[in-house]
Amino acid sequence: MNHDSYSDSYIRGILNTVKTIAMVGASERANRPSYFAFKYLLERGYTMIPVNPLRTGEQILGRRIYVRLGDVPDPIDMVDIFRSSRHALPIVQEALALNPRPQVIWMQLGVRNDEAAALAEAGGVKVVMNRCPKIEYGRLSSEIAWMGVNTRTISAKKAIASGGIQRLSLNRASVSGGTTEAADAAERSERGGRRIIQARNL
Amino acid sequence: MTDRIPGFSTLAVHAGAQPDPTTGARATPIYQTTSYVFESVDHAASLFGLQTFGNIYTRIGNPTTAVLEERVAALEGGTAGLATASGHAAQILVFHCLLQPGDEFVASKKLYGGSINQFTHAFKNFGWNVVWADPDDISSFERAISPKTKAIFTESIANPGGVITDMAAVAQIAKRAGVPYIVDNTLATPYLCKPIDQGADIVVHSLTKFLGGHGNSIGGAIVDAGTFNWSRDRRYPMLCEPRPEYHGIVLHETFGNFAFAIACRVLALRDIGAALSPFNAYLILTGIETLPLRMRKHCDNTLAVAQWIVAHPKVAWVSYPGLPADRFHALAKKYCPNGAGAVFTFGLKGGYDAGVKLVSNVKLFSHLANIGDTRSLIIHPASTTHRQLTDAQKTEAGAGVDVVRLSIGIEDVEDIIADLDQGLAD
Ligand SMILES: Cc1ncc(COP(=O)(O)O)c(C=O)c1O
Repeated sequence: MNHDSYSDSYIRGILNTVKTIAMVGASERANRPSYFAFKYLLERGYTMIPVNPLRTGEQILGRRIYVRLGDVPDPIDMVDIFRSSRHALPIVQEALALNPRPQVIWMQLGVRNDEAAALAEAGGVKVVMNRCPKIEYGRLSSEIAWMGVNTRTISAKKAIASGGIQRLSLNRASVSGGTTEAADAAERSERGGRRIIQARNL
Repeated sequence: MTDRIPGFSTLAVHAGAQPDPTTGARATPIYQTTSYVFESVDHAASLFGLQTFGNIYTRIGNPTTAVLEERVAALEGGTAGLATASGHAAQILVFHCLLQPGDEFVASKKLYGGSINQFTHAFKNFGWNVVWADPDDISSFERAISPKTKAIFTESIANPGGVITDMAAVAQIAKRAGVPYIVDNTLATPYLCKPIDQGADIVVHSLTKFLGGHGNSIGGAIVDAGTFNWSRDRRYPMLCEPRPEYHGIVLHETFGNFAFAIACRVLALRDIGAALSPFNAYLILTGIETLPLRMRKHCDNTLAVAQWIVAHPKVAWVSYPGLPADRFHALAKKYCPNGAGAVFTFGLKGGYDAGVKLVSNVKLFSHLANIGDTRSLIIHPASTTHRQLTDAQKTEAGAGVDVVRLSIGIEDVEDIIADLDQGLAD
């Protein structure tokens, strides 16, 4: 599978299927990117489970923090890795040992580990790398367009309000709408270097 | 598997817009509101803390304006956009996010006169120091760089027309200096030229001109290319340091490759306040839908007018890079292969008096200080916009006493030429 670009239907399919997400590296600090993503996904109805070996407290937004994936008592649909690329392999190994096995391994924006991805795929697990599920949810629902962000989607179908105020559903019919090639190329050229974006909180 | 990418004209009509989620309205509604109710105290806290996406107050964001922002970003190939009250507002917001008092930036000296004023006078009060470089001598950009330099700024096609910047060469200099390259793409529009493909990190627009295109609304835009690494060193504290007003979040770390657009919104626009009215956003959006059609016609008409006027016995010279003999023709072919824009200058052998006579005689051309309208526009800078300057200063600014500037509209070209013909007659 090509991990330089993903189709919208692949990403939408994952975000529409998974219900329980274990976020490895979720921070208790309210100004960290992982906390932002955790809170947003929780508000969008996902069952969020924080996992953090360096936890200092007991919970994040009322959700109990576990030290290791193996400690989580409930089945996990997706493991979201909010740690640097070099930590991804052991986390994937741990995830693959779970029973039942998660359906998806997701590595955050700025996190990419091709060896870990190959291992997961060999185990029948879907992989997304170098993306943020919050941004992807915002992009595919088009909520993120309120911030002027190029969602790279277009649609002649009505966006679907999903209850409450200023909430849009992921189940919007859209087609691809433009590219951000220069940004993607810049990302690639810095990969492996010291680009410090997100996923820096551990 | 990757998705099919739609073409430019499709994006010009659709990007950012979709039928309204509550009413199904197909045209983008004008959300003429100052504010938006919160679902709960917690929702309000999430919005103010930038933890969720949404609108709070129209100075910072508005659903009509957001459609415009996404559309301009999509047409330029950027990661995100921000609309502003004017082109000048866009520039001040960009520099607010990049410069601290005492910092410098390098700018081409061939710019719209209003930008030269803004950089020379208004920016001085903020302690932002412009260092001028000459687009005819690209190495002058390199020489102008100092340890205090925080950005490089040029126009793609420079107003009053004629000068095309070698953007790829300037982008290389910016890259070596580790500073972002900002391009004002007002005269070219993304239909003729995409600065991001040439290495620009930030694109700014006066939407007042060809993007709005109908001479009815002032507006501006900023597009984040998503290419610049704000965290490589500590030179851009607005992007890479914890923000006290947002509980210590670091914008680049939190928003990744659209962090600059977010900084322009949640720091600069929020505090400086130069927001676009949603009504203007609506008018400009409607204009953009026909941008490809209009630009084609603007460029075809302009080339025909330039070819006609260059042969006129009362005309001393014409500066339009679309003409094969023009010194910028090669750069025009490289950067704007579909046309060299619709604004150009020419010189009258009869000098000042001949300029005054022409602007008085024309009946189809509107005598006014704007460009990028469906209507053809004319101005004699020496007797209007540049009146206060000495003759020597006028010449240096490209506004010598003999200079006339045209912005060619989308009328029938025979009528445009006939009006100039009668205007130039004895
Ligand atoms: C190239 C260019 N940039 C910026 C501006 C300023 O834009 P505004 O008048 O919308 O503030 C203009 C206006 O003429 C312009 O021509």
